[in-house]
Amino acid sequence: MANYYTDNSDLKFHLNHPLMEKIVRLKERDFSFKDEFSFAPMDHEDALDSYDKVLEIVGEICGDIVGPNAESIDAEGPQVVDGHVIYARGTQENIDALNKAGLMGMSLPYKYEGLNFPIVPYIMAADIVSRADAGFVNIWGLQDCAETINEFASEEQKEKYLPRVCKGDTMAMDLTEPDAGSDLQAVQLKATWDEKKNVWLLNGVKRFITNGDGEISLVLARSEPGTKDGRGLSMFIYDKQQGGVTVRRIEHKMGIIGSPTCELVFKDAPAELVGSRKLGLIKYVMALMNGARLGIAAQSVGVSEAAYREAIEYAKERMQFGKAIIRFPAVYEMLSMMKAKLDASRTLLYETARFVDMYKTYQHISEERNLEKEERAEMKKYQRLADVYTPLVKGMASEYSNQLAYDAVQIHGGSGFMKDYPVERIYRDARITSIYEGTTQLQVVAAIRGVTTGVFLNQIRYYESQAVSPQLEYLKRSLIILTDEYEQAVKKVTSTDDNEFVDFHARRLVEMAGHIIMSYLLLLDTNRDDSFLRSAKNYITFAKAQVKSHAEYIRVSELSDLGTYKFEL
Amino acid sequence: MKAYNIIVLAKQVPDTRNVGKDAMKADGTVNRAVLPAIFNPEDLNALEQALRIKDKFPGTTVKILTMGPGRAADIIREGLYRGADGGILLTDRAFAGSDTLATSYALGQALKKIENVDLVIAGRQAIDGDTAQVGPQVAEKLNMLQVTYVEEVKELKNNTIVLKRRLERGVETVKCPLPLVITVNGSAPECRARNAKLLMTYKRAKTVTELQKENEDYTHLYNDRPELNIPEWTVNDIETDKSQLGLTGSPTKVKSIENVVLQAKDSKIISDNDADIENMMLELIESHTIG
Repeated sequence: MANYYTDNSDLKFHLNHPLMEKIVRLKERDFSFKDEFSFAPMDHEDALDSYDKVLEIVGEICGDIVGPNAESIDAEGPQVVDGHVIYARGTQENIDALNKAGLMGMSLPYKYEGLNFPIVPYIMAADIVSRADAGFVNIWGLQDCAETINEFASEEQKEKYLPRVCKGDTMAMDLTEPDAGSDLQAVQLKATWDEKKNVWLLNGVKRFITNGDGEISLVLARSEPGTKDGRGLSMFIYDKQQGGVTVRRIEHKMGIIGSPTCELVFKDAPAELVGSRKLGLIKYVMALMNGARLGIAAQSVGVSEAAYREAIEYAKERMQFGKAIIRFPAVYEMLSMMKAKLDASRTLLYETARFVDMYKTYQHISEERNLEKEERAEMKKYQRLADVYTPLVKGMASEYSNQLAYDAVQIHGGSGFMKDYPVERIYRDARITSIYEGTTQLQVVAAIRGVTTGVFLNQIRYYESQAVSPQLEYLKRSLIILTDEYEQAVKKVTSTDDNEFVDFHARRLVEMAGHIIMSYLLLLDTNRDDSFLRSAKNYITFAKAQVKSHAEYIRVSELSDLGTYKFEL
Repeated sequence: MKAYNIIVLAKQVPDTRNVGKDAMKADGTVNRAVLPAIFNPEDLNALEQALRIKDKFPGTTVKILTMGPGRAADIIREGLYRGADGGILLTDRAFAGSDTLATSYALGQALKKIENVDLVIAGRQAIDGDTAQVGPQVAEKLNMLQVTYVEEVKELKNNTIVLKRRLERGVETVKCPLPLVITVNGSAPECRARNAKLLMTYKRAKTVTELQKENEDYTHLYNDRPELNIPEWTVNDIETDKSQLGLTGSPTKVKSIENVVLQAKDSKIISDNDADIENMMLELIESHTIG
């Protein structure tokens, strides 16, 4: 009878952020859908009420079905039979329950039978599902591949595929190959146009494909023979009903065991081209990846939530030296920092989701009518922010989920090392979050632009301009000092004009920006709801120490030092 | 393929599963104010059975009949969110204070007004009274066949149904003609979750009384979308003998209420011969359980 939405008031808090008013109005086109669709909202309150109630359904299914199934799915795992994936029993049960509840295609437009939800409540659902089972959220969450179809495919393709997603067809994004991991420009899977059959045919191998046997797959393939880089790649839709793809094997993994990671063999598999040739990697995969990265950030936050809850529950009950271990400073310090990092990554997650909502919604509106000048400016502003916040939150939240899972096991002591407690699985599940959809190192490569172009600093200055209650002013003052230190560090590194030096310090600079941004967000959250005060204070203390440490590292670091780090080959 | 008309009997009950220390008032009655009102759990199992028949036999209609105060309209909405086609709220001061006899009389009279019912499905019992009497009494009053403790519909073909019953010492499979009253056990499959789209549509479904309380004027909406109107039946909408309703129609009188901790885990099985029933009655009177 657990409900993973209603038992966590932080979620509702983020759902009710002031910017939601504008997001919802844009998303609902001034509430003009209500005459055509019986379930479309009539006004802002009505929309928020629907999100709230639907998330309650998500929370209930997660508490009653997905959460309790996690352990058996982890033990059983999926298998390959006759070239196709059979999910673990619990996985199928989860899918059936979520499908029956109409929770697929949540963010797709009404006309394709979706719920037309903004990204914020959709990401919130992912946050909740992930807390219940971080492996399962992949299968359910791949529905956001549909967003790429919605954005770039033809009307005919949208009408053909999107309603199927809303009815429960699962999806996959087939990008990685044995020799094309982080470097997708090296993709080899061949797409050839068959004149006789009047169709594209795919041939080759894909590897590490999450839910690779899904009903509808987006496939990156080389459509331009003789090319070697990203400009020869196009995006295709493969429909499992057509046949032509078999699963050769599924990987044996450390964690997220319920999520089948497939090696796929394409043999003359018929496929449909999405959008224009040659834009596969440079345009469509970039969009696809950004959506997926936000999804992994949500997955990370959900894992952190699960880890924190397991840890605090255990620490309250476990008695040593005559008292509950939560009473020892070494333990309560860990737990309160876990909570602070959880709250920090969650507030950054929803801030980013709002930025994505703002610019994507404007983008869709711009296909219906010309945007006003101010609207266009606003779209650009939020796109710039989303572009750097997405890798920032993916990087920070996934690293924190690993730290929280580590600490949760630590608090359990020897018991945490055993399979008797969920933390053992949570620890294994957390590990992938900082690797897939781009490692943390690659998130830094994308996020450093936020540092060098000043987008982060501008936004930090905006947060600084927001009024807070007098008793919170002292926290803000300390953040202003930290921002100065960040600015100096950025100046020191960029003034060398040496790319390698920038790359060398990029992680430190991105983290400094991240700490200051999350501190401000927690401060502003506290200003709206003082239940965040503990986390805000603790996080800001932590941020100060981290930012100063990085600042010092950069202060003493010189370009000429790089040699002592390099390896001769 | 035949389609069926199904009525699910459902009740709104105080959630007695998570009882805190304020659950009972000083006078020994249930403190309904602190206990959230919920869909009686076994009635949800009953609804699931009805919806499964609807899934298999397109055209089948599932409607919910509930008796209770105005807020019991929630039960009908909860049913709509899960896939029911509609419902009727039987509500009137005249029904207040009904025991199981008066309840089954009122429900039976309401059911008489509904035409061509193939199946009446109810939960085995409600968690507030735990009597398991209303379903069987309704069947008796309507002179309908009944099968209790049902766990699964094994087969349904034309007018014949095969049901699996969960009994004390095993399972029993029975075949029975329709129309029929069924009561469903808690061991039957859980009810499906609410559906997002249905919820977003039917959260606006209201009874006339609820509409009158609304501050905003949504009248046009309810005129345009008749499916959003939840019919409300009062005592005037059904044919009744007033003496059989509510408190007057309820022979059950609560003498006193005490807190007890149940010790026996096993239930006692008593055969249905007159002597054994007589003995049980005497025992209950002696222990002051009834009398």
